[in-house]
Amino acid sequence: MEPLLEIKDLKIEFDTFEGVSHVLKGIYLTLGRGDTLGLVGETGCGKSITAKAILRLLPIPPARIVSGEILFEGEDLLKKSEEEMKKIRGRRIAMVFQDPMTFLNPLFTIEEQLVDVILAHERGDGPGLQGERLNRKRAVQKAIELLSEVKIPQPEMRIKSYPHEFSGGMRQRVLIAMALSSSPQILIADEPTTALDVTIQAQILHLIRDLVQTHGHSVLLVSHDLGVVARVCKRIAVMYAGIIVESCSTAQLFRRPYHPYTKGLLNSILTFSKREGEAQVIKGMIPDLIQPPPGCRFHPRCLEAMGVCEKEEPRIQEIEEGHWVSCHLYKSPSSPSVSSRTDFSKGGCGEISKLFFSYG
Amino acid sequence: MDEMIARLLELKNLKKYFPLKKGIFKGGDGYVRAVDGISFFIKEGNSFGLVGESGSGKTTVARTILRLIEPTEGEILWGGKDICKFSESGMKELRKNMQMIFQDPHSSLNPRKTVFKSVAEPLTIHEGMRGRKLREGVEELLEIVGLKREHMFRYPHELSGGQKQRVGIARALSLHPKLLILDEPTSALDVSVQAQMLNFLESLQKKMSLTYLFISHNLAVIRYACDTVAVMYLGRIIEMGETECIFSSPRHPYTKALVSAVPLPQAEQPDKIVLLEGDIPSATHIPSGCRFHTRCPEKIGAICEEDEPTTRYFSDGSQVDCHLYQ
Repeated sequence: MEPLLEIKDLKIEFDTFEGVSHVLKGIYLTLGRGDTLGLVGETGCGKSITAKAILRLLPIPPARIVSGEILFEGEDLLKKSEEEMKKIRGRRIAMVFQDPMTFLNPLFTIEEQLVDVILAHERGDGPGLQGERLNRKRAVQKAIELLSEVKIPQPEMRIKSYPHEFSGGMRQRVLIAMALSSSPQILIADEPTTALDVTIQAQILHLIRDLVQTHGHSVLLVSHDLGVVARVCKRIAVMYAGIIVESCSTAQLFRRPYHPYTKGLLNSILTFSKREGEAQVIKGMIPDLIQPPPGCRFHPRCLEAMGVCEKEEPRIQEIEEGHWVSCHLYKSPSSPSVSSRTDFSKGGCGEISKLFFSYG
Repeated sequence: MDEMIARLLELKNLKKYFPLKKGIFKGGDGYVRAVDGISFFIKEGNSFGLVGESGSGKTTVARTILRLIEPTEGEILWGGKDICKFSESGMKELRKNMQMIFQDPHSSLNPRKTVFKSVAEPLTIHEGMRGRKLREGVEELLEIVGLKREHMFRYPHELSGGQKQRVGIARALSLHPKLLILDEPTSALDVSVQAQMLNFLESLQKKMSLTYLFISHNLAVIRYACDTVAVMYLGRIIEMGETECIFSSPRHPYTKALVSAVPLPQAEQPDKIVLLEGDIPSATHIPSGCRFHTRCPEKIGAICEEDEPTTRYFSDGSQVDCHLYQ
């Protein structure tokens, strides 16, 4: 299966007053058609940067893309002109952000804003909305349909409201409707429920899961909450200090995490279950990305660190089918370092993956 | 129930109504019934959790306890005495005994003051400490909260979120309080640091015999840290009891929905979750009868819309306000 979106060796740096911050250190990520991938990590691990880089929303400068490719249907987004990106952004890859109020204009009604978006997509010479040309009246109709699809009650009436008349959960629904208005192939959701209450969060996650099932969008869900990601995604990639340390199916991650950081993270997060003793913690602090530790970026905090960890950077490799880990613990001294350049998607490197089975 | 342990703090039928201003653009007058008659007590040395969604009134409760805002009605008993009758100077003495730790450690510290200055301030104001004694006092406090001497002359922006939170705690501890009110103490912290902070708070509680009032919307935090929990909805406590008891077998439909809404970091996701419809109603127009009836998946009928449920007490020490259990 050809992946829909493929990030290869993406390296991003930021120029700051203190020096160059190595924000992303050559990451690999694959999103298949109809796939739901969760990108998790703590503050500053680079998950939002990755999401923004896909849509080329990073401010350049101070950001600098040092190397890498972001292939969308085989074409490198990093080589596209701004004009070409405009046709992709929002239309074929849409994004939903954390705080819905910041992305709605308080001076216009929901109707005006939704219809504007629908018509803007229509005006471009993109694929349009299922091939039909829309006039304003039809666009309003379409907007109402979208609102009812995201389960806003009485959409004919509520569409006349201003954003401040909506609650946080409803605004997030409007943004999802807006993102879905052009039937994008990929929906990127950056912490879509962080600003919401738990019961509302449950509603929104349920909605996203339902929409994905009915329309078959591919989803990249960025979150700090493993619970949120587990509820929606089939696959999870864990990030730490600008690297992807582990990437596998949701079931694999919780059943058998390999990377010491993932293990530590799973032990340290507070799960909503009966308390048994004290939760474990990961010692130390997230490294400074201006002077990241040499070798593996996790080694100063790692409980299983070895001599090689501070000297050599581990490469991400498949140690079980569909289970990719970036750690020296699972590397044979004689192994050829081929895997980092190979295809990332499930079963994409059958021959090579067999080589690594023995180290697990 | 052990009645021997003293009740450090007790609230009796506490109400706080905020009047809506009249005016050309303001529509009619009325009240925001932020806290609408709640009663509970905290025993000395315990951790009590107040949990609820935004707008349920939990922070208003905390602020009224400190008398940062005056209650509309009801009593707040501190060691048996009603603090609403205290004079301003009486309150100043009392506030030494209860300290609050805020959600966002960054905005509760002055960015232009070093850690030393921030922590020293209450010591100079309340204890009149100066010079070497002051420095020793600050060093001791920083040691208690696990900060190193080198952090003393740093500014807030040079510290991590967890460290800033610790500075806030050091400051709160400086006057040897008995009660710490922790308003969302972990929300601003990373997931891997949250447990660390709660473990630290727990060891601190033992070491300094503190009583905690936790306020949080995060059920996992409350379940981990608290002995007793009260679930709030629109200004009322709808269910209260021992934490494990409430969360392992919730009785009130709202608590059930809350518990089932918590996203679990595990591979097996529950097939069915109780999804509530709509949003929490406005506190200016509280629904008649049971205030939860507009969203309740287990509504019995007209009784829920007409009669406010009374509190039913159970043998396991928990209490519920719901017509299902009358």
